[in-house]
Amino acid sequence: MYHYDSIDRQLVRERAAQFRDQVGRWKSGELTNDEFRPLRLQNGLYVQRHAPMLRIAVPYGMLSATQLRKLAFIARTYDRGYGHFTTRHNMQFNWPRIEDCPDILDHLAEVEMHGIQTSGNCIRNVTTDQFAGVAADEVIDPRPLAEILRQWSTFHPEFAFLPRKFKIAISGTREDRAVTWFHDIGLHLQEQNGEFGKTIGFRVIVGGGLGRTPIRGQIVREFLPWQHILTYSEAILRVYNRFGRRDNAYKARIKILVQALGVEEFARQVEEEWAYLKDGSATLTQAEYDRVAHHFVAPAYETLTDGALPADQAFARWVERNTHPHKVAGYTAVTLSLKQHGVAPGDISAEQMDLVADLADQYSFGELRISHEQNVILADVKKSDLYDVWQKAKAAGLATPNIGLLTGIICCPGGDFCDLANAKSIPIANAIQARFDDLDYLFDIGEIDLNISGCMNACGHHHVGHIGVLGVDKNDAEFYQVTLGGRQGNEARLGKVIGPSFAADEMPDVVDKIIKVYIENRHPDERFLDTFDRIGIDPFKNRVYEGRAHGKARVAQKEAA
Amino acid sequence: MAQLIKNKSVTVDSWKTLELAEGEAAEGIALPEGDVIFPLSVWQARRTEIISTHKRIGLLLKGYDRVEDVAGDLEYFIVIAIDFPKFVDGRGYSTASLLRQRYKFQGELRAVGDVLHDQLFYMRRVGFDSYALKDGKNALIAIDKGFSTFGEAYQTATDQPIPHFRRRA
Repeated sequence: MYHYDSIDRQLVRERAAQFRDQVGRWKSGELTNDEFRPLRLQNGLYVQRHAPMLRIAVPYGMLSATQLRKLAFIARTYDRGYGHFTTRHNMQFNWPRIEDCPDILDHLAEVEMHGIQTSGNCIRNVTTDQFAGVAADEVIDPRPLAEILRQWSTFHPEFAFLPRKFKIAISGTREDRAVTWFHDIGLHLQEQNGEFGKTIGFRVIVGGGLGRTPIRGQIVREFLPWQHILTYSEAILRVYNRFGRRDNAYKARIKILVQALGVEEFARQVEEEWAYLKDGSATLTQAEYDRVAHHFVAPAYETLTDGALPADQAFARWVERNTHPHKVAGYTAVTLSLKQHGVAPGDISAEQMDLVADLADQYSFGELRISHEQNVILADVKKSDLYDVWQKAKAAGLATPNIGLLTGIICCPGGDFCDLANAKSIPIANAIQARFDDLDYLFDIGEIDLNISGCMNACGHHHVGHIGVLGVDKNDAEFYQVTLGGRQGNEARLGKVIGPSFAADEMPDVVDKIIKVYIENRHPDERFLDTFDRIGIDPFKNRVYEGRAHGKARVAQKEAA
Repeated sequence: MAQLIKNKSVTVDSWKTLELAEGEAAEGIALPEGDVIFPLSVWQARRTEIISTHKRIGLLLKGYDRVEDVAGDLEYFIVIAIDFPKFVDGRGYSTASLLRQRYKFQGELRAVGDVLHDQLFYMRRVGFDSYALKDGKNALIAIDKGFSTFGEAYQTATDQPIPHFRRRA
């Protein structure tokens, strides 16, 4: 993985010193709350429901064992012994004191980490595929360019105060695992055969996003050779920074500008701007690409053959769900599930962090990744070590075999922690996990993505869940709206709302009914989504609302009870 | 009164800015004498008159004012002031970048409005060279610390046209 050199180290240290100074000026009253707020946000520091929340970047999901141990140390020293992995390659601590945050940033800088631009109206952490570099279906490793983008976007003087936040995702595989259709800029790495042989470049998608106004991104340029990624991004950002709306925060994302101008006109303005920047000094060089790419060379894999795995049903289930094909024979990528039933999805204790760091050291070249599905990945595990890894992970509650299954829920922190939330999300996830606690049934149901967001900001990516759950506020009570048929990947699309929302205690039944309709209607080999696409939303809708009183009838029913 | 920071010190401001009151038309307003910073609309409406009556001319760019609309006139301006209505409104950074990098404006580029200590580093990088620091803020601390927050930068900007990756040994 990437290791800092002198400029990288200098900048994170100077950043920590700057923030210490800002906290001091805020405490002395020289900086007002309004003046301090955007500054702390650009270091990932929120003031939340119970306490501040500090968001730490895990750029494109890569983490070393040493870094994870440092996060465990911070969790123990400054928090309540745990952290939370988000859907955008960040770790969040929910209980630090503001006064301690400068010290925390110093500790992070020691291990080449930071909270730079993890919030605020600036260019956020660049995200990618958790299997980057090892996936069997990878065309190009996206990490060198993700790191180059990280450096370029760090303290970019022109784009620190954009109309709204700005998220970039980059993917280098045939099957998109980075939700690139729903980012402000989504980059699909691809090869093009041309006059001069193979050229590597991107398809550039702009203006996607979930949140309040979910929109699938549109292609602004079908192919952009990789050398131009920085100048082209500058052109996009400049058009957005100048002309994006600033009068209404809900209409300030680039997607609104792209919609208002139309993608052709937006692309024309970008190309016009780019004409001035193209081939300028910010054009990437092969030397720089090679320098950064050198950090991501494959580790010293052994020459192995695929042997037989121990015959143990529980182990076999875990292998089936929690491993991913590796491009090197004899190796596999292991997903450690942070979706243990009854635990907040994405949460990890300091003890678990230490254990995962040890597993990474012993079995996976000292590196690990976190995924936007909020799990931890050991990317380079020998298949012959799988049984040992499974036993150790299992003992630590990290081996729930539910990756891609109903209880592997993607879920935001919700109303238990987040100030923005309209409703709690973690208790809903836990209640659904409790209802589907039978592993045989869970495996029989098969692949299905369930995503829960506590508000329309959509941190739980509910729009792209096969089943999406959105917390809404109705007359100060918490309700949940259900969508069906959303999906990520190359055919990414938004789910459809099935009807009126539900109370929290109804949610396990609602999901149960949806699953039953699938089970009753599925053809052999059909996944939930296949059945849904074939039979449509109505059978699900009819079952869920069958005999259910609505509106006034429901109020009357409640009053009678 | 804002405190004008220039060349790392607080200096006396010889310029006055012409403000159009609400409902006041650029065509009818009286043009003050001396060193005046004119709003874009007044410049556009009274260009010939201003050139004949004023030796030293300044221009004020606000909000969505487009640099492109005044690109041919830049030689007339000794100073261009770019307004930051709120410090979190970052349009001015692009306006400044364009003036310096594309249109090669050589005069004074002044940040006015909600100008604060913690934005000075970025402002300097995009090409500002004078800063009307908001009244009530400590200008000496801002001068001492605000411009030197970071000793290096990755990306190109007006102050550094060569990205760090091309300056590596």
